[in-house]
Amino acid sequence: MTMIHTYRLNGFNIVVDAASGAVHSVDDVAFDIIERCDIVMSDSDLSAKEFFADKEILDAIVADIVSSSGISREDVRETLDDLAELSDAGQLWSEDPFEAAADEIKLKQSVLKAICLHVAHGCNMDCEYCFAGKGDYSGKSGIMSAEVGKRALDYLVENSGSRRHLEVDFFGGEPLINWDVCKEIVAYGREIEKKTDKIFNFTLTTNGVLIDEDVIDFTNREMGNVVLSMDGRRETHDRMRHSKSGGGTYDSIMGNFKALVDSRTEEGAERRSTEYYMRGTYTAYNKDFCSDVLAMADLGFKETSIEPVVADPSAPYALHEEGLPKLYEEYEKLALEMLKREKEGDGFNFYHYTVDLTGGPCIYKRVAGCGVSTEYLAVTPTGDLYPCHQFVGDDDMIVGNIYEGITHPEVVEIFSGANNIYTRDKCKDCWARLYCAGGCAANNYHSNGDINKVYEFGCKLHRKRIECALMMAVAREEW
Amino acid sequence: MKRIKTITTRDMNKSKMTGGCGECQTSCQSASKTSCSVANQHCEQRKDK
Repeated sequence: MTMIHTYRLNGFNIVVDAASGAVHSVDDVAFDIIERCDIVMSDSDLSAKEFFADKEILDAIVADIVSSSGISREDVRETLDDLAELSDAGQLWSEDPFEAAADEIKLKQSVLKAICLHVAHGCNMDCEYCFAGKGDYSGKSGIMSAEVGKRALDYLVENSGSRRHLEVDFFGGEPLINWDVCKEIVAYGREIEKKTDKIFNFTLTTNGVLIDEDVIDFTNREMGNVVLSMDGRRETHDRMRHSKSGGGTYDSIMGNFKALVDSRTEEGAERRSTEYYMRGTYTAYNKDFCSDVLAMADLGFKETSIEPVVADPSAPYALHEEGLPKLYEEYEKLALEMLKREKEGDGFNFYHYTVDLTGGPCIYKRVAGCGVSTEYLAVTPTGDLYPCHQFVGDDDMIVGNIYEGITHPEVVEIFSGANNIYTRDKCKDCWARLYCAGGCAANNYHSNGDINKVYEFGCKLHRKRIECALMMAVAREEW
Repeated sequence: MKRIKTITTRDMNKSKMTGGCGECQTSCQSASKTSCSVANQHCEQRKDK
Protein backbone atom coordinates (compact mmCIF):
# COMPACT_ATOMS: atom_id res chain seq x y z
CA MET A 1 0.00 0.00 0.00
CA THR A 2 1.29 3.43 -0.88
CA MET A 3 0.86 6.36 1.46
CA ILE A 4 1.56 10.04 1.50
CA HIS A 5 1.00 12.63 4.19
CA THR A 6 0.06 16.20 3.26
CA TYR A 7 -0.05 19.12 5.66
CA ARG A 8 0.22 22.88 5.79
CA LEU A 9 2.35 24.61 8.39
CA ASN A 10 3.89 28.06 8.66
CA GLY A 11 2.79 28.88 5.11
CA PHE A 12 4.39 25.79 3.62
CA ASN A 13 2.59 22.95 1.85
CA ILE A 14 4.46 19.77 2.69
CA VAL A 15 4.14 16.29 1.27
CA VAL A 16 5.83 13.28 2.87
CA ASP A 17 6.11 9.92 1.15
CA ALA A 18 5.75 7.32 3.89
CA ALA A 19 7.66 4.41 2.38
CA SER A 20 10.71 6.36 1.21
CA GLY A 21 10.69 9.18 3.75
CA ALA A 22 10.97 11.68 0.87
CA VAL A 23 9.84 15.25 1.64
CA HIS A 24 8.48 17.74 -0.88
CA SER A 25 7.59 21.40 -0.53
CA VAL A 26 4.93 22.33 -3.07
CA ASP A 27 2.89 25.36 -4.06
CA ASP A 28 -0.89 25.63 -3.59
CA VAL A 29 -1.70 24.32 -7.05
CA ALA A 30 0.51 21.25 -6.75
CA PHE A 31 -0.80 20.64 -3.22
CA ASP A 32 -4.35 20.62 -4.51
CA ILE A 33 -3.45 18.32 -7.41
CA ILE A 34 -1.58 15.91 -5.13
CA GLU A 35 -4.50 15.69 -2.71
CA ARG A 36 -6.95 15.04 -5.52
CA CYS A 37 -4.70 12.37 -7.03
CA ASP A 38 -4.33 10.73 -3.66
CA ILE A 39 -8.09 10.54 -3.11
CA VAL A 40 -8.67 9.05 -6.55
CA MET A 41 -5.82 6.55 -6.09
CA SER A 42 -7.18 5.42 -2.74
CA ASP A 43 -10.79 5.22 -3.90
CA SER A 44 -9.99 3.35 -7.10
CA ASP A 45 -7.42 1.12 -5.44
CA LEU A 46 -4.97 1.82 -8.25
CA SER A 47 -1.21 1.69 -7.87
CA ALA A 48 0.61 4.92 -8.74
CA LYS A 49 1.87 3.31 -11.94
CA GLU A 50 -1.63 2.30 -12.99
CA PHE A 51 -2.98 5.70 -12.01
CA PHE A 52 -0.51 7.68 -14.10
CA ALA A 53 -1.09 5.36 -17.07
CA ASP A 54 -4.86 5.86 -16.96
CA LYS A 55 -5.59 8.61 -19.49
CA GLU A 56 -9.27 8.78 -18.69
CA ILE A 57 -8.71 9.41 -14.98
CA LEU A 58 -5.98 11.97 -15.64
CA ASP A 59 -8.16 13.82 -18.17
CA ALA A 60 -10.95 14.00 -15.60
CA ILE A 61 -8.59 15.41 -12.96
CA VAL A 62 -7.20 17.98 -15.39
CA ALA A 63 -10.69 19.09 -16.41
CA ASP A 64 -11.77 19.31 -12.79
CA ILE A 65 -8.80 21.43 -11.72
CA VAL A 66 -8.93 23.68 -14.78
CA SER A 67 -12.58 24.46 -14.16
CA SER A 68 -12.25 25.02 -10.42
CA SER A 69 -8.94 26.91 -10.27
CA GLY A 70 -8.48 28.68 -13.57
CA ILE A 71 -5.01 27.16 -14.01
CA SER A 72 -4.22 26.34 -17.64
CA ARG A 73 -4.59 22.79 -18.92
CA GLU A 74 -0.87 22.74 -19.89
CA ASP A 75 0.15 23.80 -16.42
CA VAL A 76 -1.87 21.06 -14.74
CA ARG A 77 -0.53 18.51 -17.23
CA GLU A 78 3.03 19.60 -16.53
CA THR A 79 2.49 19.21 -12.78
CA LEU A 80 1.00 15.76 -13.26
CA ASP A 81 4.03 14.80 -15.37
CA ASP A 82 6.27 15.97 -12.53
CA LEU A 83 4.31 13.88 -10.03
CA ALA A 84 4.58 10.84 -12.31
CA GLU A 85 8.33 11.41 -12.51
CA LEU A 86 8.63 11.55 -8.71
CA SER A 87 6.52 8.44 -8.42
CA ASP A 88 8.75 6.60 -10.91
CA ALA A 89 11.77 7.70 -8.89
CA GLY A 90 10.25 6.14 -5.75
CA GLN A 91 9.75 9.48 -4.01
CA LEU A 92 5.98 9.77 -4.12
CA TRP A 93 3.32 7.10 -3.64
CA SER A 94 6.15 4.62 -3.45
CA GLU A 95 5.53 1.00 -2.60
CA ASP A 96 7.08 -0.16 0.67
CA PRO A 97 9.88 -2.56 -0.23
CA PHE A 98 10.96 -3.14 3.36
CA GLU A 99 8.08 -4.98 5.00
CA ALA A 100 8.93 -8.30 3.40
CA ALA A 101 12.51 -7.98 4.64
CA ALA A 102 11.63 -6.81 8.15
CA ASP A 103 12.49 -10.07 9.92
CA GLU A 104 15.85 -10.25 8.17
CA ILE A 105 16.48 -6.60 9.03
CA LYS A 106 15.60 -7.19 12.67
CA LEU A 107 18.12 -10.03 12.84
CA LYS A 108 20.88 -7.46 12.40
CA GLN A 109 20.15 -6.39 15.97
CA SER A 110 21.86 -9.47 17.26
CA VAL A 111 24.58 -8.15 19.52
CA LEU A 112 24.65 -5.96 22.57
CA LYS A 113 26.09 -2.48 22.08
CA ALA A 114 24.73 -0.35 24.90
CA ILE A 115 23.97 -0.62 28.57
CA CYS A 116 22.24 1.67 30.97
CA LEU A 117 24.10 1.33 34.24
CA HIS A 118 21.90 1.99 37.23
CA VAL A 119 24.77 2.88 39.49
CA ALA A 120 22.42 4.11 42.20
CA HIS A 121 18.87 3.13 42.97
CA GLY A 122 18.42 6.06 45.24
CA CYS A 123 18.26 9.78 44.78
CA ASN A 124 19.05 12.99 46.60
CA MET A 125 15.94 14.58 45.15
CA ASP A 126 12.26 13.79 45.47
CA CYS A 127 10.61 14.62 42.15
CA GLU A 128 6.88 14.21 42.07
CA TYR A 129 6.72 12.64 38.61
CA CYS A 130 9.71 10.26 38.84
CA PHE A 131 9.05 7.10 36.79
CA ALA A 132 11.69 5.34 38.88
CA GLY A 133 9.60 5.48 42.06
CA LYS A 134 11.51 8.55 43.33
CA GLY A 135 14.78 6.92 42.43
CA ASP A 136 14.56 3.58 44.18
CA TYR A 137 12.53 1.63 41.58
CA SER A 138 9.64 0.38 43.71
CA GLY A 139 11.61 0.01 46.89
CA LYS A 140 14.52 -1.88 45.32
CA SER A 141 17.15 0.60 46.44
CA GLY A 142 20.85 -0.09 46.18
CA ILE A 143 24.22 1.23 45.19
CA MET A 144 26.30 -0.46 42.50
CA SER A 145 29.74 -1.62 43.52
CA ALA A 146 32.76 -1.09 41.28
CA GLU A 147 33.00 -4.86 40.93
CA VAL A 148 29.46 -5.09 39.50
CA GLY A 149 30.11 -2.11 37.21
CA LYS A 150 33.32 -3.62 35.86
CA ARG A 151 31.69 -6.98 35.30
CA ALA A 152 28.87 -5.18 33.43
CA LEU A 153 31.48 -3.69 31.06
CA ASP A 154 33.00 -7.14 30.57
CA TYR A 155 29.53 -8.53 29.86
CA LEU A 156 28.97 -5.78 27.30
CA VAL A 157 32.28 -6.49 25.56
CA GLU A 158 31.72 -10.28 25.61
CA ASN A 159 28.34 -9.89 23.97
CA SER A 160 29.17 -7.14 21.48
CA GLY A 161 30.57 -9.32 18.70
CA SER A 162 32.44 -7.23 16.17
CA ARG A 163 30.76 -3.94 17.12
CA ARG A 164 33.37 -1.35 18.00
CA HIS A 165 31.34 1.56 19.41
CA LEU A 166 29.88 0.64 22.78
CA GLU A 167 27.78 2.91 24.95
CA VAL A 168 27.47 3.08 28.69
CA ASP A 169 25.09 5.53 30.34
CA PHE A 170 25.46 6.27 34.04
CA PHE A 171 21.89 6.45 35.22
CA GLY A 172 19.93 6.14 38.41
CA GLY A 173 18.36 7.27 40.66
CA GLU A 174 21.06 9.82 40.76
CA PRO A 175 24.45 8.52 39.55
CA LEU A 176 26.48 11.25 41.24
CA ILE A 177 25.69 9.80 44.67
CA ASN A 178 27.93 6.95 43.54
CA TRP A 179 30.44 9.10 41.65
CA ASP A 180 33.67 7.41 42.69
CA VAL A 181 32.38 4.11 41.35
CA CYS A 182 31.41 5.81 38.07
CA LYS A 183 34.98 7.05 37.73
CA GLU A 184 36.41 3.65 38.51
CA ILE A 185 34.19 2.04 35.88
CA VAL A 186 35.31 4.60 33.27
CA ALA A 187 38.97 3.94 34.09
CA TYR A 188 38.32 0.22 33.68
CA GLY A 189 36.69 0.89 30.31
CA ARG A 190 39.72 2.84 29.13
CA GLU A 191 41.92 -0.14 30.08
CA ILE A 192 39.68 -2.43 28.01
CA GLU A 193 40.05 -0.06 25.06
CA LYS A 194 43.83 -0.48 25.18
CA LYS A 195 43.54 -4.27 24.98
CA THR A 196 40.76 -4.51 22.40
CA ASP A 197 39.42 -2.57 19.42
CA LYS A 198 36.39 -1.45 21.41
CA ILE A 199 35.58 2.23 21.90
CA PHE A 200 33.42 3.25 24.87
CA ASN A 201 31.17 6.26 24.76
CA PHE A 202 30.28 7.05 28.37
CA THR A 203 27.37 9.32 29.11
CA LEU A 204 25.89 10.70 32.31
CA THR A 205 22.32 11.61 33.22
CA THR A 206 22.19 13.77 36.35
CA ASN A 207 19.96 16.06 38.39
CA GLY A 208 22.94 18.35 39.00
CA VAL A 209 22.84 18.69 42.78
CA LEU A 210 26.29 17.18 43.31
CA ILE A 211 28.07 18.69 40.33
CA ASP A 212 31.38 20.17 41.48
CA GLU A 213 34.73 20.94 39.89
CA ASP A 214 35.78 17.31 39.97
CA VAL A 215 32.59 16.21 38.21
CA ILE A 216 32.96 18.96 35.61
CA ASP A 217 36.58 18.14 34.93
CA PHE A 218 35.98 14.40 34.71
CA THR A 219 32.85 14.58 32.54
CA ASN A 220 34.59 16.95 30.13
CA ARG A 221 37.47 14.53 29.78
CA GLU A 222 35.53 11.29 29.73
CA MET A 223 31.83 11.64 28.91
CA GLY A 224 30.62 11.80 25.33
CA ASN A 225 27.37 13.39 26.43
CA VAL A 226 25.80 14.68 29.62
CA VAL A 227 22.07 14.89 30.08
CA LEU A 228 21.14 17.53 32.63
CA SER A 229 17.67 17.30 34.12
CA MET A 230 15.99 20.67 34.35
CA ASP A 231 12.41 21.67 33.54
CA GLY A 232 12.77 25.22 32.26
CA ARG A 233 11.23 28.12 34.14
CA ARG A 234 11.91 28.30 37.85
CA GLU A 235 8.24 27.86 38.82
CA THR A 236 7.87 24.84 36.49
CA HIS A 237 11.01 23.22 37.79
CA ASP A 238 10.33 23.81 41.46
CA ARG A 239 6.77 22.56 41.22
CA MET A 240 7.88 19.00 40.44
CA ARG A 241 11.58 18.71 41.18
CA HIS A 242 11.85 18.85 44.95
CA SER A 243 14.65 18.37 47.41
CA LYS A 244 14.31 15.67 50.06
CA SER A 245 13.16 18.35 52.47
CA GLY A 246 10.41 19.39 50.09
CA GLY A 247 11.61 22.70 48.65
CA GLY A 248 12.38 23.52 45.04
CA THR A 249 15.81 22.72 43.61
CA TYR A 250 16.18 25.34 40.87
CA ASP A 251 18.62 27.46 42.83
CA SER A 252 20.76 24.54 43.92
CA ILE A 253 21.29 23.17 40.41
CA MET A 254 21.30 26.11 38.01
CA GLY A 255 24.73 27.40 38.92
CA ASN A 256 26.13 23.89 38.64
CA PHE A 257 24.62 23.28 35.21
CA LYS A 258 25.83 26.65 34.00
CA ALA A 259 29.36 25.98 35.18
CA LEU A 260 29.41 22.53 33.58
CA VAL A 261 28.02 23.66 30.24
CA ASP A 262 30.21 26.79 30.09
CA SER A 263 33.27 24.72 30.76
CA ARG A 264 32.21 22.04 28.29
CA THR A 265 31.56 24.42 25.44
CA GLU A 266 34.29 26.99 26.11
CA GLU A 267 36.38 27.59 23.01
CA GLY A 268 39.75 25.88 23.03
CA ALA A 269 39.05 23.80 26.14
CA GLU A 270 40.34 20.25 26.15
CA ARG A 271 37.56 17.71 26.32
CA ARG A 272 36.20 14.58 24.76
CA SER A 273 33.02 16.16 23.47
CA THR A 274 30.99 19.35 23.61
CA GLU A 275 27.74 17.39 23.67
CA TYR A 276 25.20 17.99 26.38
CA TYR A 277 21.45 18.26 26.68
CA MET A 278 19.27 20.21 29.04
CA ARG A 279 16.51 17.68 29.43
CA GLY A 280 13.15 18.66 30.83
CA THR A 281 9.81 17.00 31.42
CA TYR A 282 6.49 18.71 30.89
CA THR A 283 3.27 17.79 32.63
CA ALA A 284 -0.35 18.92 32.79
CA TYR A 285 0.88 21.80 34.96
CA ASN A 286 2.97 23.32 32.16
CA LYS A 287 1.23 22.56 28.92
CA ASP A 288 2.71 25.89 27.79
CA PHE A 289 6.09 24.14 27.75
CA CYS A 290 7.42 26.23 24.86
CA SER A 291 8.11 28.90 27.48
CA ASP A 292 10.17 26.37 29.44
CA VAL A 293 12.33 25.47 26.46
CA LEU A 294 12.80 29.16 25.70
CA ALA A 295 13.72 29.75 29.34
CA MET A 296 16.54 27.21 28.92
CA ALA A 297 17.67 28.92 25.71
CA ASP A 298 17.50 32.36 27.33
CA LEU A 299 19.89 31.12 30.00
CA GLY A 300 22.37 30.35 27.24
CA PHE A 301 21.78 26.61 26.93
CA LYS A 302 21.92 25.77 23.23
CA GLU A 303 21.03 22.07 23.41
CA THR A 304 17.54 21.52 24.75
CA SER A 305 15.06 18.74 25.08
CA ILE A 306 11.71 18.37 26.78
CA GLU A 307 9.60 15.24 26.99
CA PRO A 308 5.98 14.63 27.95
CA VAL A 309 5.67 13.08 31.40
CA VAL A 310 5.21 9.31 31.59
CA ALA A 311 2.59 8.90 34.29
CA ASP A 312 -0.33 6.91 35.57
CA PRO A 313 -3.42 8.49 33.99
CA SER A 314 -4.86 9.12 37.44
CA ALA A 315 -1.91 11.31 38.49
CA PRO A 316 -2.89 15.00 38.77
CA TYR A 317 0.02 15.97 36.52
CA ALA A 318 -0.71 13.33 33.82
CA LEU A 319 -1.32 14.50 30.27
CA HIS A 320 -4.55 13.53 28.55
CA GLU A 321 -6.04 13.44 25.08
CA GLU A 322 -8.06 16.64 25.61
CA GLY A 323 -4.83 18.55 26.17
CA LEU A 324 -3.47 17.68 22.72
CA PRO A 325 -4.56 20.83 20.83
CA LYS A 326 -2.65 23.01 23.31
CA LEU A 327 0.42 20.75 23.10
CA TYR A 328 0.33 20.85 19.29
CA GLU A 329 0.13 24.63 19.45
CA GLU A 330 3.17 24.74 21.73
CA TYR A 331 5.25 22.54 19.44
CA GLU A 332 4.39 24.81 16.51
CA LYS A 333 5.16 27.92 18.53
CA LEU A 334 8.52 26.47 19.50
CA ALA A 335 9.40 25.64 15.88
CA LEU A 336 8.54 29.16 14.71
CA GLU A 337 10.48 30.82 17.51
CA MET A 338 13.48 28.61 16.83
CA LEU A 339 13.48 29.54 13.14
CA LYS A 340 13.20 33.21 14.06
CA ARG A 341 16.13 33.05 16.47
CA GLU A 342 18.18 30.99 14.03
CA LYS A 343 17.67 33.65 11.37
CA GLU A 344 18.75 36.31 13.83
CA GLY A 345 21.94 34.38 14.57
CA ASP A 346 20.82 33.30 18.03
CA GLY A 347 19.66 29.78 17.25
CA PHE A 348 19.53 26.78 19.55
CA ASN A 349 18.74 23.10 19.13
CA PHE A 350 15.75 21.13 20.30
CA TYR A 351 16.29 17.38 20.42
CA HIS A 352 13.21 16.38 18.44
CA TYR A 353 13.71 19.06 15.81
CA THR A 354 17.32 18.19 15.07
CA VAL A 355 16.39 15.92 12.18
CA ASP A 356 19.27 14.82 10.02
CA LEU A 357 17.57 14.24 6.68
CA THR A 358 20.64 13.24 4.69
CA GLY A 359 22.93 11.76 7.33
CA GLY A 360 20.30 10.03 9.44
CA PRO A 361 20.02 6.32 10.16
CA CYS A 362 19.83 3.61 7.51
CA ILE A 363 16.72 1.53 6.92
CA TYR A 364 17.87 -1.18 9.34
CA LYS A 365 17.60 1.13 12.30
CA ARG A 366 14.35 2.66 11.10
CA VAL A 367 12.64 -0.69 10.74
CA ALA A 368 14.11 -2.47 13.75
CA GLY A 369 13.57 0.29 16.30
CA CYS A 370 15.30 1.13 19.53
CA GLY A 371 17.05 -2.18 20.18
CA VAL A 372 15.44 -2.79 23.56
CA SER A 373 16.71 -6.08 25.02
CA THR A 374 18.70 -6.94 21.88
CA GLU A 375 21.19 -4.10 21.50
CA TYR A 376 20.41 -2.41 24.77
CA LEU A 377 20.04 -3.62 28.36
CA ALA A 378 19.68 -1.97 31.73
CA VAL A 379 21.86 -3.20 34.59
CA THR A 380 20.69 -2.82 38.21
CA PRO A 381 23.00 -2.19 41.20
CA THR A 382 23.11 -5.95 41.86
CA GLY A 383 23.80 -6.84 38.24
CA ASP A 384 20.34 -7.93 37.13
CA LEU A 385 19.55 -7.33 33.48
CA TYR A 386 16.33 -5.79 32.19
CA PRO A 387 15.23 -5.01 28.60
CA CYS A 388 15.62 -1.29 29.27
CA HIS A 389 15.64 1.22 32.11
CA GLN A 390 11.86 1.61 31.97
CA PHE A 391 11.29 -2.06 32.81
CA VAL A 392 13.60 -2.09 35.83
CA GLY A 393 11.75 -3.15 38.96
CA ASP A 394 9.19 -5.24 37.06
CA ASP A 395 9.94 -8.83 38.12
CA ASP A 396 8.24 -10.25 35.04
CA MET A 397 10.69 -8.42 32.82
CA ILE A 398 14.01 -9.53 34.23
CA VAL A 399 16.08 -11.17 31.46
CA GLY A 400 19.13 -12.38 33.39
CA ASN A 401 22.20 -11.07 35.16
CA ILE A 402 25.75 -10.06 34.29
CA TYR A 403 27.24 -13.26 35.77
CA GLU A 404 25.03 -15.94 34.22
CA GLY A 405 23.90 -14.00 31.14
CA ILE A 406 20.40 -14.38 29.74
CA THR A 407 18.40 -16.67 32.04
CA HIS A 408 14.98 -15.71 30.69
CA PRO A 409 15.23 -16.02 26.90
CA GLU A 410 11.45 -15.99 26.69
CA VAL A 411 11.48 -12.35 27.83
CA VAL A 412 14.20 -11.43 25.33
CA GLU A 413 12.11 -13.13 22.64
CA ILE A 414 9.22 -10.73 23.30
CA PHE A 415 11.46 -7.95 22.00
CA SER A 416 13.79 -9.68 19.58
CA GLY A 417 11.14 -11.60 17.65
CA ALA A 418 8.05 -9.92 16.31
CA ASN A 419 9.01 -6.40 17.26
CA ASN A 420 9.49 -3.94 14.43
CA ILE A 421 7.50 -1.22 12.71
CA TYR A 422 5.53 -3.81 10.76
CA THR A 423 4.48 -5.87 13.77
CA ARG A 424 3.02 -2.91 15.67
CA ASP A 425 -0.68 -2.57 15.15
CA LYS A 426 -0.70 0.96 13.80
CA CYS A 427 2.83 1.65 12.59
CA LYS A 428 2.59 0.14 9.15
CA ASP A 429 -0.32 2.43 8.39
CA CYS A 430 1.44 5.49 9.77
CA TRP A 431 3.17 8.01 7.50
CA ALA A 432 5.80 8.78 10.14
CA ARG A 433 7.06 5.23 10.67
CA LEU A 434 10.48 5.79 9.11
CA TYR A 435 11.00 8.89 11.23
CA CYS A 436 10.15 7.34 14.57
CA ALA A 437 10.99 3.62 14.18
CA GLY A 438 7.96 2.38 16.04
CA GLY A 439 8.09 4.37 19.23
CA CYS A 440 8.89 3.18 22.71
CA ALA A 441 8.17 -0.45 23.57
CA ALA A 442 7.99 0.40 27.27
CA ASN A 443 5.40 3.11 26.69
CA ASN A 444 3.37 0.64 24.64
CA TYR A 445 3.63 -2.04 27.30
CA HIS A 446 2.83 0.24 30.20
CA SER A 447 -0.17 1.81 28.51
CA ASN A 448 -1.61 -1.24 26.72
CA GLY A 449 0.07 -4.31 28.21
CA ASP A 450 1.58 -5.24 24.84
CA ILE A 451 4.74 -3.90 23.22
CA ASN A 452 3.07 -4.11 19.81
CA LYS A 453 0.03 -2.03 20.76
CA VAL A 454 1.13 1.53 20.25
CA TYR A 455 0.85 4.27 22.85
CA GLU A 456 -1.38 6.41 20.66
CA PHE A 457 -1.04 9.58 22.75
CA GLY A 458 2.75 9.46 22.37
CA CYS A 459 2.37 8.77 18.64
CA LYS A 460 0.21 11.84 18.16
CA LEU A 461 2.79 14.06 19.83
CA HIS A 462 5.58 12.44 17.90
CA ARG A 463 3.86 12.99 14.55
CA LYS A 464 3.40 16.65 15.45
CA ARG A 465 7.08 16.97 16.34
CA ILE A 466 8.10 15.38 13.05
CA GLU A 467 5.78 17.70 11.13
CA CYS A 468 7.42 20.66 12.83
CA ALA A 469 10.94 19.36 12.26
CA LEU A 470 10.29 18.75 8.56
CA MET A 471 8.70 22.18 8.22
CA MET A 472 11.86 23.70 9.68
CA ALA A 473 13.98 21.82 7.14
CA VAL A 474 11.75 23.13 4.36
CA ALA A 475 11.92 26.68 5.72
CA ARG A 476 15.72 26.60 5.77
CA GLU A 477 15.71 25.62 2.09
CA GLU A 478 13.89 28.87 1.35
CA TRP A 479 16.48 31.08 3.09
CA MET B 1 10.02 21.30 -11.39
CA LYS B 2 7.99 24.50 -11.35
CA ARG B 3 5.68 23.80 -8.46
CA ILE B 4 7.49 21.13 -6.49
CA LYS B 5 10.73 21.29 -4.56
CA THR B 6 12.09 18.02 -3.24
CA ILE B 7 14.14 18.25 -0.07
CA THR B 8 17.20 16.02 -0.12
CA THR B 9 16.71 12.98 2.11
CA ARG B 10 18.63 9.77 2.53
CA ASP B 11 17.79 7.10 -0.05
CA MET B 12 16.40 4.25 2.04
CA ASN B 13 16.68 1.69 -0.73
CA LYS B 14 20.38 2.41 -1.15
CA SER B 15 20.83 2.27 2.61
CA LYS B 16 19.57 -1.30 2.55
CA MET B 17 22.62 -2.20 0.48
CA THR B 18 25.14 -0.22 2.49
CA GLY B 19 23.61 0.02 5.96
CA GLY B 20 23.11 -2.24 8.93
CA CYS B 21 26.61 -1.97 10.42
CA GLY B 22 25.06 -1.20 13.81
CA GLU B 23 27.79 1.22 14.86
CA CYS B 24 25.31 4.05 15.40
CA GLN B 25 24.15 5.26 18.78
CA THR B 26 21.36 3.35 20.49
CA SER B 27 18.21 5.43 20.29
CA CYS B 28 17.53 5.71 23.99
CA GLN B 29 21.07 6.63 25.04
CA SER B 30 20.52 10.24 24.13
CA ALA B 31 18.39 12.94 25.62
CA SER B 32 15.08 11.21 25.50
CA LYS B 33 15.00 8.07 27.66
CA THR B 34 11.21 7.99 27.32
CA SER B 35 10.26 8.40 23.67
CA CYS B 36 12.11 6.56 20.99
CA SER B 37 13.01 8.51 17.90
CA VAL B 38 15.49 7.90 15.14
CA ALA B 39 15.13 10.85 12.83
CA ASN B 40 17.47 12.99 14.89
CA GLN B 41 20.24 10.43 15.05
CA HIS B 42 23.30 10.19 12.88
CA CYS B 43 24.65 7.37 10.79
CA GLU B 44 28.10 6.59 12.15
CA GLN B 45 29.44 5.78 8.67
CA ARG B 46 28.28 9.06 7.20
CA LYS B 47 29.46 11.05 10.22
CA ASP B 48 33.01 9.85 9.59
CA LYS B 49 33.01 11.10 6.00
